[in-house]
Amino acid sequence: MNDASRAQILKRLHAATEGQLVDTPEVADLPVQSLTPPQKIEKLKAHMEAVRTEVHVVATQDWTTTLKKILKKRDLKTLLYAPSTPFGSEVQKAWTEESDSLPELVTYNDHIENFKEQLFDIDAAVTSTVGGIAETGAVILWPDEKEPRLMSLVPPIHIAILQAAKIYATFSEAIQAEDWARTLPTNVVLISGPSKTADIELTLAFGVHGPKELIVIILHENR
Amino acid sequence: MSNDTGPNFQQNVSRALNDKQLRKNFKFAMGNFILKRKQIFADESETEQLRQIGNAIKRRALSQLPQLLEQLEEICTRNGIQVHWAETTIEANQQVLRIMNAHQATRLVKGKSMVSEEMGLNEFLEQNEIEVVETDLGEFIIQLNDEKPSHIIVPAIHKNKQQIAEIFHQKLADTPYTEKVEELNAIARHILRQKFFNAQVGLSGVNFAVAETGTLCLVENEGNGRMSTTVPPVHIAVMGLEKVVEKLADIPPMLRLLTGSATGQLITTYVNMITSARKPGEKDGPKEVHLIILDNGRSAILADPQLRQTLQCIRCGTCLNHCPVYTRIGGHAYGFVYPGPIGKILNPQIKGLKKAGELATASSLCEACAEVCPVKIPIPQLLRRLRNESYASGSTATVKDGGYKKNLIETIGWKGWEMMNTHPHINAIGNKIMSRLGAKIPKIGPLKQWTRYRTAPKFATKSLHQLVDEEGIQDE
Repeated sequence: MNDASRAQILKRLHAATEGQLVDTPEVADLPVQSLTPPQKIEKLKAHMEAVRTEVHVVATQDWTTTLKKILKKRDLKTLLYAPSTPFGSEVQKAWTEESDSLPELVTYNDHIENFKEQLFDIDAAVTSTVGGIAETGAVILWPDEKEPRLMSLVPPIHIAILQAAKIYATFSEAIQAEDWARTLPTNVVLISGPSKTADIELTLAFGVHGPKELIVIILHENR
Repeated sequence: MSNDTGPNFQQNVSRALNDKQLRKNFKFAMGNFILKRKQIFADESETEQLRQIGNAIKRRALSQLPQLLEQLEEICTRNGIQVHWAETTIEANQQVLRIMNAHQATRLVKGKSMVSEEMGLNEFLEQNEIEVVETDLGEFIIQLNDEKPSHIIVPAIHKNKQQIAEIFHQKLADTPYTEKVEELNAIARHILRQKFFNAQVGLSGVNFAVAETGTLCLVENEGNGRMSTTVPPVHIAVMGLEKVVEKLADIPPMLRLLTGSATGQLITTYVNMITSARKPGEKDGPKEVHLIILDNGRSAILADPQLRQTLQCIRCGTCLNHCPVYTRIGGHAYGFVYPGPIGKILNPQIKGLKKAGELATASSLCEACAEVCPVKIPIPQLLRRLRNESYASGSTATVKDGGYKKNLIETIGWKGWEMMNTHPHINAIGNKIMSRLGAKIPKIGPLKQWTRYRTAPKFATKSLHQLVDEEGIQDE
């Protein structure tokens, strides 16, 4: 269809660079900070709180109790979760034990085409993460079949569960450690805070399109 | 706008300078941006190192641009992203329309994209009966008021909240007047959620495309970009062909540079990396993803080793924020999609010097833009090059309309100047004449124009030679 344009463009580009060596200026890498695990938690927490993320650091076995506390404070009707993930099954178990004045659990059990109406009406979602970045403060999500992309975007509250051991010092380190270049999924998102804008007189306002609240629960094995 | 001449720049500048509210809005915003950038790049030596890395990544990518684009195409295609190539903006618009038509789609939601502005996509699609909704808050505001962005990062920065309150009240049904920013945001959120829900196609730009993995990286704070690229069943991404980088490992430093320079952020709220269309089993995300790669004059820029540096630009807008000219006249006065220092070097190369060459003259060459550019584009150097190109002889000109300003009077003038300065006798006579008559030259013609904002120089009554002689200093 546009093969002619493709050929023309590439022809000009090849002519423009032909016979030239790849331009690789010598530059030193940025110094890498080595951080201890508690430092990583502290740094990530500080950066994310600075952009209005609510961060809780809890012992792994207590996290569903914290989750319940967070939810009870907010009086919500529905919570979207993924029962087939390890964290999701813990949520399910915790709700079986006690679910008084807690939101009803909802699963993303159909394609968006059939689930859209319901999705846009949900109050909160809880998802897992594959890691965090201390240097800039962000959680890393690799949405998949169990935890689809829109779980962390459409509901007004997003609760993300992060294992402390998965916090990397830098984004570069995360890419290298997990060999991202060979394994990238359909979509990866880094999230540092609730949705925000400063488009009107540079006045910061939260929750313009995505979640109004981002809550990160960091799980650590006994400190 | 006619075909061979551009907008009336002088007139635009005068109008902007006389608009007190506009100047106030820009002065406030740009001052704020400068401060925020400074805070995030507090460590000067680290920042310099980071800029060198950014410069190296873009130079490396540009020097192998055709190979990287071919690689990007191959890997995207393998991942189910359909790649299209467009020589011109007209072609790119038609490709968008063709995709829309193939889905009988009439409703499009857009994330912020400067390339789509370059294409004039909204006007084109609206002429073809398609509803286009800008979903970035700033873009949404100016679309309501039928305006163009005045800044490449904060498109509605020329408006204050009273003006925005008035636009919402006037243009949106059942919207009471409110100046509360929180309330204005809530109004936009409510309306746009419905638009995302109903959209058939979502369109976005691309901040970086990674050749190695076929990944499209999008950076944003609002979430409208993620909405536009995830909710509708079809996603179309448009990018200028200079946006490709070689490796995934290039992304972290480029991100730091982009968000730090653009908004003074360590990282944006969202970094959205798209590598494929919805795979079997996945429950959401677009079933079809299209990538349109636009040339529109860029390949010609690549051919010139000096001007090639223009293509390193990552559209962070920090040169706008730091430009004393931009801060005073705002983005609209430039009359082109890309305003500010980057616009002054980009527009003349894309549109030709006849139409846009005047932009290159609107600079005091203060070097602020070059000092802050995250990829170290020597903008003042390129401005001087473009000024020279305007007077170049046909054979040496490489930019479109090169030599269009060349004229006999100036050529003779400079020849005379050259002769006077290379022949001591003529020089001595010339000096004598000017010391007597220099002050009496009537201020007419070009001299009148030149002295409008400048003081005419005073000619000394004695030349340096004479003074030195009188002092009894040996003159070599």
